[in-house]
Amino acid sequence: MPIIAANQLQPSYDVIVVGSGAGGGQSAYTLTMNGVKVLMLEAGRNYDPVTETAMFQTKGNAPLRGVDTPDKPFGFHDATVDGGWTVPGEPYTQASDDPDQEFKWWRPRMLGGRTNHWGRISLRNGPYDFKPYSRDGLGFDWPIAYADVAPYYDKVEMLVGVYGSNEGLENTPDSPEGILLPPPKARVGELLAKKHAAPMGISVIPIHRAILSVRQDADNIPAKLHPGNERAQRILAEAMRARAACFWATDCGRGCSIKANYQSTTVHLPPALATGNLDILPNAMAREVTVDQNGKATGVSFVDKTTGKEVSVKGRVVILAASSAESARILLNSQSARFPKGLSNSSGLVGKYIMDTVGANLGGQIPALENLPVHNEEGAGGHVYIPWWLYKEQAAGKLGFARGYHVEFASGRRMPAMGAGAGTKGYGSKYKEEVRRFYGSSMGFSGRGEMIPNEDSFCDLDPNVKDKWGIPVLRFHWKWSEHELRQAAHMQRTFVEIIEAMGGKPSKASLSGAQAIKKGGEIIHEVGGTIMGANSKKSVLNQYNQSWDIPNLFVNDGGGFASNADKNPTLTIMALAWRASDFILEEMRKGNL
Amino acid sequence: MIPLNSLEPSLSRVDRRQAVQWMMAAVSASLALAKSPANAGVSEFKPTPKGYGTDPLLAKNYVPGDFWPLSLSNSQRTSAAIICDILFPADTVSPSASSLHVHDFIDEWISAPYEQQASDRQPILDCIAWFEAESEKRFHTPLSKITEEQRNSICDDVAYGSKSKAFDKAAKDFSRFKYVAAGGFYTTPEGMKDIGYVGNTPMVEFTGPTLEALKHVGLA
Repeated sequence: MPIIAANQLQPSYDVIVVGSGAGGGQSAYTLTMNGVKVLMLEAGRNYDPVTETAMFQTKGNAPLRGVDTPDKPFGFHDATVDGGWTVPGEPYTQASDDPDQEFKWWRPRMLGGRTNHWGRISLRNGPYDFKPYSRDGLGFDWPIAYADVAPYYDKVEMLVGVYGSNEGLENTPDSPEGILLPPPKARVGELLAKKHAAPMGISVIPIHRAILSVRQDADNIPAKLHPGNERAQRILAEAMRARAACFWATDCGRGCSIKANYQSTTVHLPPALATGNLDILPNAMAREVTVDQNGKATGVSFVDKTTGKEVSVKGRVVILAASSAESARILLNSQSARFPKGLSNSSGLVGKYIMDTVGANLGGQIPALENLPVHNEEGAGGHVYIPWWLYKEQAAGKLGFARGYHVEFASGRRMPAMGAGAGTKGYGSKYKEEVRRFYGSSMGFSGRGEMIPNEDSFCDLDPNVKDKWGIPVLRFHWKWSEHELRQAAHMQRTFVEIIEAMGGKPSKASLSGAQAIKKGGEIIHEVGGTIMGANSKKSVLNQYNQSWDIPNLFVNDGGGFASNADKNPTLTIMALAWRASDFILEEMRKGNL
Repeated sequence: MIPLNSLEPSLSRVDRRQAVQWMMAAVSASLALAKSPANAGVSEFKPTPKGYGTDPLLAKNYVPGDFWPLSLSNSQRTSAAIICDILFPADTVSPSASSLHVHDFIDEWISAPYEQQASDRQPILDCIAWFEAESEKRFHTPLSKITEEQRNSICDDVAYGSKSKAFDKAAKDFSRFKYVAAGGFYTTPEGMKDIGYVGNTPMVEFTGPTLEALKHVGLA
């Protein structure tokens, strides 16, 4: 079973998965490795990172030296195909004209979705992160605890390969011994920040990234992940042996032709396809989940973009993993006489409580890094980060905002791009010397913080606007609360302090949170919209990503998140998708699905 | 003084077939710059006619002119090359910018269909025209014929910010020229070597900072 066209569809499948990114990839992987026949629908085109990734191309090899354009909004070599902040023919709308209430929605249209270009930062949610309401009375608790998810974090980290270290810090979980791959050494600027941040009570530690710093242990991991399933072990071992270790060159955002980092297309889908249990249909734009008279899901109706025709396909179980907002859109568009508000929406909460990550950045120039002896500082983004360090002060109510953030770094003598040399005055050989002096002496700090779900941030269907296939589009409503704005201001103060402690000159900081904070959606961590909970009246999904209303319907992307910790969501999406898929397997065995 | 013949290989790079293609495309390219205002409240993709599109082949090396026609006249290209070399003369560290075709990159940039780059077109053309006019005004000689010292004396009036109100616009235009030229120069292999970038090469292991680098910042 392979990549197929619409006329090659089987009459029926065990499971239909809508979406091929982190949630869809993990779901298809877990199910097919256990013998389940799966159809994956992808709205974009087929995509092969092995042949399509720009690996050693320099900026000079790209048109316009690779800068962002409306066609390639993260630059020419970024992996994203047919998308970005907007997608041709697929608008979305804003409920408000107020720029502070704008929501930005990043979508690619390609197999593997956003996993092809993401930053690979893979942080576990900690115990606090699943019970935020119990800690401070805001937002919602998840119906699960860290202990429920920890075994799946272990499995995902072993499967995809994550480097990092165990530091034993508060709410920053260690992985069991032997799971994490060794982290790369810190760069000079990172070490300098570590030295000067320490007196401020701030720890600078190795970040966790889904990148193979060394090759995976293909001899032992498969048996741990698939005990008693020799075929799955064999297939996985082969897939692991097809992945090379990182060679510390080429920006990960381009994707990776040697499969050294995680993307669904290099890690989840090859073994899933090798089982023979997976059909992948690209260019299939899901319109709605179909239901029978008993209110059970029967399959998915989609537009075959290659012909423009509407096609229906049947499945015993439907998993939406189209990205949290797109999955909410599909549910809202699945309207019938029986379900006039859309599917799985008896609570009225589909589309509600969407969250992004709070983001604020600041750069600085560090004189100590001028004229640094030439050496290679490339490979795999930042090597360190700062986990949230003020839990006690926050619990004591000293900060004025309820949730934490972590800090990511950008530093080093990285590949020159547009902007190089532009800020230095003069011309000629003397000017060139000055540029050499300043090169690599700038550092960037990015805060990534937790947003608390609120009543003003949600999406619904726009009553007037449809996409090019006639499918109603999403309308976004967005508002940050004081917690996020104060947190963003705190980030800026922290960055100024660190930069000044390093003897550096910070760029002009926006000390007002409203000025500093990035727009909703801009960090591309949107989650929620089909939140999970313990009560069917107050949530859309149960703890297994299963719809309260429609037992054979699941949402395996970030839609189920009941909170959005500062930790980047992808690792948790994969862990929960694996957990939900195990539950589906068990329910199928019992005859419940 | 830049020997003129050192510029020739790059200036004659364009063959006739390509030149004809560019001329034919020039009319539609200028139309592409017009852009309709955003539909308030709707986030939608607005195509850029004659751009490279949302799904270009990425694992490929491109040169200026591959996606849209270049548009500088021969004399403008000659002057652009000279200004590039005032900024980046050949020295013991790296070759001149014009020998690295940086002026062709400037041409690509200002000829691009995208709004951001198109907005640099007039300032950069004005910068070229200003250098040409100043050469005639100050030395009664074309820019291509004056000495390096004379060229530098013109550049001195705009390269450190505006020296007086009279040079405000010229200094601003020059800084746009310089932004594009510097980006172009430092993204060539020779420019990357000059600035001290030694990445983009496979390593078995990330070995971290050298002892020398650690000593430099007092960490060893």
